[in-house]
Amino acid sequence: MEITGAQALIESLKKEGVEVIFGYPGGTVLPIYDVLYGEKGIQHILTRHEQGATHSADGYARATGKVGVVIATSGPGATNTITGIATAYMDSIPLVVITGQVATSLIGRDSFQEADVTGITQPITKHNYLVEKAEDIPRVIKEAFHIARTGRPGPVVVDIAKDAQNNKLDFKYPDNVNLPGYKPTLKGNPRQIKAAAKMISLAKKPVIYAGGGVISSGAAKELKEFAEKLNIPVTMTLMGLGGFPGSHKLSLDMLGMHGTAYANYAVQECDLLIAVGARFDDRVTGHLPSFAPKAKHIQIDIDPAEIGKNVRIDVPIVGDVKQTLAELNGQVKPEKEKHDAWLKQIGEWKKKYPLSYKNDSVLRPQYVIEMIQEITKGEAIICTEVGQHQMWAAQFCKFSRPRTFISSGGLGTMGYGFPAAIGAQIAKPNALVFDIAGDGSIQMNMQEMATAVIHKLPIKIAVLNNCFLGMVRQWQELLYDKRYSSTNLCANPDLVKVARAYGAEAMRVSKKEDVKKALQDSLKVTDRPTLLDFVVAKEENVFPFVPPGQAINEMLID
Amino acid sequence: MKHTISVIVENKPGVLHRVSGLFSRRGYNIESLAVGTTENPNISRMTIAVSGDDQTLEQITKQLYKQIDVLKVFDIPDSDAIERELVLIKVKADKKNLAEATKIAEMFQGKVVNVTAESAIIEVSTEKEKIEDLRKLLDKFGIVEMVRTGKIALQKGEIPRNPKGGKK
Repeated sequence: MEITGAQALIESLKKEGVEVIFGYPGGTVLPIYDVLYGEKGIQHILTRHEQGATHSADGYARATGKVGVVIATSGPGATNTITGIATAYMDSIPLVVITGQVATSLIGRDSFQEADVTGITQPITKHNYLVEKAEDIPRVIKEAFHIARTGRPGPVVVDIAKDAQNNKLDFKYPDNVNLPGYKPTLKGNPRQIKAAAKMISLAKKPVIYAGGGVISSGAAKELKEFAEKLNIPVTMTLMGLGGFPGSHKLSLDMLGMHGTAYANYAVQECDLLIAVGARFDDRVTGHLPSFAPKAKHIQIDIDPAEIGKNVRIDVPIVGDVKQTLAELNGQVKPEKEKHDAWLKQIGEWKKKYPLSYKNDSVLRPQYVIEMIQEITKGEAIICTEVGQHQMWAAQFCKFSRPRTFISSGGLGTMGYGFPAAIGAQIAKPNALVFDIAGDGSIQMNMQEMATAVIHKLPIKIAVLNNCFLGMVRQWQELLYDKRYSSTNLCANPDLVKVARAYGAEAMRVSKKEDVKKALQDSLKVTDRPTLLDFVVAKEENVFPFVPPGQAINEMLID
Repeated sequence: MKHTISVIVENKPGVLHRVSGLFSRRGYNIESLAVGTTENPNISRMTIAVSGDDQTLEQITKQLYKQIDVLKVFDIPDSDAIERELVLIKVKADKKNLAEATKIAEMFQGKVVNVTAESAIIEVSTEKEKIEDLRKLLDKFGIVEMVRTGKIALQKGEIPRNPKGGKK
């Protein structure tokens, strides 16, 4: 069948099972958008900024496990996707970002809206392609999707020259990929698995440290079986929340810089740390040489480069987390009573150092989060922006299932949450979706309110409005003598008026007693987004806090 | 500690950039880099001289394997390999000292490849350390310009190290 490159692109995307594309047109993608006009097989969501499109595709991917797809034009369109690509790269999220490129005769001559996209995105992609010939399009798309979704997932950029989009080819979608340099290891080494089982049976104070890999791998069931069979407590990273039920009696909640005290003490006192799909990030470890000083280490990860990167590992296992845990489950013997003394000690820490905040008549941000948790009963999809509100959401919400906490962990991108919530709502039209935001973050991609309104997405945007760039202000208070340099945001616009100008529903809440009703009212709005402007205490701090350079048991608890 | 690693890559546009970019952004120190095709024109070999401890070398190797175009990475131990680097050195030389310069070149199995009234270009292909010795000897003539290719090396023995396909 002789078709144009642009037609071949859309056909290839359909072969990959793509149902939704997030994008924004421009000169060098006109041929693609012409094919999309009237195309019934794929839904195109027009955002208001390419950064919004990329974060939306990311939120879509996190909510479903499928590859998120973006289309942007060349030059500034492509460079607007950089933050979104880097966000996905740091959190290992499968994306395929298709950018237009100037015609091959214009490449390398500083042409209008030309940018070296493959050069610029090289350090933040799993792989990237510059397509100059129409006949390469089907093979490249098949490879791009394969690379994005297999092994450790990640973003792939496909930069397609305009003439390649216009030229004709004889379309045949390949059956296989031929990538001799890319063969991820899925099956864990049986000898290593056996060694791990032995080490586990000898441990008296074990802890499971579960990260984003549990979610990417779809291993929640295997992890629960593993923890319950052996009676081992589980702590999660920010990326791992939802991988183990937050309200389970074995859950230690999140660990690290703003983790719970009981999780941090447990890790520092344990004699065996079992890392599952987690990478010993600096927000988790604190002062690295002092991290888990009494423990032997087992690490299961699909990416060999993460094994032993930061911490010396006694039993490394390279493999897919789901498969490896299933194997381990088959080898270990149930240990229902063995760790009772250890669990008792942990229970005492939980009682002595619960998460807390001042409970008085002042409307505090943590209270809003607790009310959101109460109203949604852990069944909603919670997206967050970045900052203090993100940490409180991670602390006070209990997630029962994977893919219900959507937050930029590795890069920490403000402005991520709202477009990600759009992607998640599109992915799951019947789900209740929240974006928990700060007043700083919500202004970064406010323009996407138009996208949400036009597509009638009933997202609830809970802004914890304290007129400050909260997390930075907290560091300035604790470490820079309260010198609040450029963190006061009190020239904020009236967010309620802004939301209404876009056609969204909006309300302001300043009193503690009005919070619950406002949230319940927002649930009744089903055909457009609702922005809730919560006027909260201005100088509240996130605790516990592990100051930079300290071990994680040297927390400031309040 | 110094290591020589051989990186076998698919000969695709941009692969040199990918590998050198990886080194620079992860802070690994490249002392020299030589690249060219192998007996299979679709496959190239990059010979990279790096400095770093064993843990750094392990991370470099693992990060290289993450690159889609990289097929194989191996460390070439100094003791078990043939190593060469090609250098061209232009020295100030006139009728009086040309003979001495030529003799020095011959001591290193090299030769004079160009002569003008006031200069001569010496070509030598040898191990890296001997190039340093040569340079010190030629210093007294006055070195006008010098260019080196960077080290290449092949491990001794019959086992071919270029894969026909598939990692590991």
